[in-house]
Amino acid sequence: MPEEQFFISSVLNRYLFNPAARALGIHFSGQESVPPHICMLVVISLLLIIFSIFLRSRLSVDNPGNLQQGFEVLHDALTGFMRDIIGPGAPRFFPLIGSLFIFIWLSNLFGLVPGLMSPTSNINVTAGLGIIVFLYYNAQGFREHGFLKYMAHFAGPSLLIAPLLFVIEIISHMARPFSLSVRLFGNIFAEELIIDTLNRLFPFVISLPVMALALFAGTLQAFIFVVLTMVYLGGAVEHTHAEEAHHALPEDTVESSGFHSPK
Amino acid sequence: MKQLAVFILMLVLAVMIFGTVSAFAQEKGGAAPAAGANPFAQGGQKNPLLLVTAGFAMAIAAAGCGYAQSQALAAGCEGVSRNPGATDTIRFFVILGLAFIEFLALLTFVVAAILLFTPKFWPTA
Repeated sequence: MPEEQFFISSVLNRYLFNPAARALGIHFSGQESVPPHICMLVVISLLLIIFSIFLRSRLSVDNPGNLQQGFEVLHDALTGFMRDIIGPGAPRFFPLIGSLFIFIWLSNLFGLVPGLMSPTSNINVTAGLGIIVFLYYNAQGFREHGFLKYMAHFAGPSLLIAPLLFVIEIISHMARPFSLSVRLFGNIFAEELIIDTLNRLFPFVISLPVMALALFAGTLQAFIFVVLTMVYLGGAVEHTHAEEAHHALPEDTVESSGFHSPK
Repeated sequence: MKQLAVFILMLVLAVMIFGTVSAFAQEKGGAAPAAGANPFAQGGQKNPLLLVTAGFAMAIAAAGCGYAQSQALAAGCEGVSRNPGATDTIRFFVILGLAFIEFLALLTFVVAAILLFTPKFWPTA
């Protein structure tokens, strides 16, 4: 894709990053010392940090504001999903999963504002997110089971096919960060490309319905990324069926899945 | 049988288009930029085969992806209408499955985008 000038990155580069780079003696080619997706990353991270500090200062049990109630709804929905997928001990993973969801969601939606871009439409950003998820769920698996038991977890239940299964599992685990990052990148990049192409055909009018669709798709992609993270975490942290078959799924979800309630 | 005939017809059409484009590419081959030169500096002449390849790859991928997603959605709708109590579970699995199916088309899209937007692949043969 040809490098285009985005409003925010050119402003940030002209007044902040380029002077800083010159002061530090770093040489850069072209007009911008920092590429646009990194600028957007910085902007979104700062916005989220400032907003979180602002929100935390106004938290109260007796008199919750609208913002607090909205975020409590989001928290309840996400922890509900995590309890269904990972198990009863799920809320300890909420810091990563909640931040991932809010960050990816905001990043996807920022691309719809003229003059800004989605940082997730660059493969480097989504690859970073995928690698973080990969390292995190493996670390949690090691912490939960210990090194040998977690490695045995890859080998499957039967000793007979264990060598074959171990190799296949390792390959499939290596493919996970790749598939996570390419899924997010492909969706957001395709969406931006479609809006860009329609804008060149006929400015602003044809692309409006596509932008409405992109709102929906961006939310869905953030949700799917987070749900896949939960699935991977659940697979790494879960215990074998003999240990706790009943704790893997709470009773109410087993009921609501309809398998045990003939109608 | 009829579907097979249509498929073969499309295949023949594709081969014909490929043939004309490659002949066109060979005619224009004399004006190709030298190897290692920056295509941007010389106006960036794209190999026409790239356009055909990217377009056909995306079309085939979109067709397969659309068919597969329609199957998944139909099964999901049938499941919900048979057992409305399981709506939440089915919706969750359908959305997850759609994401997995979509990923295959997205891989094709990424390959097509790499072909189209990477100047290294541009110079005509």
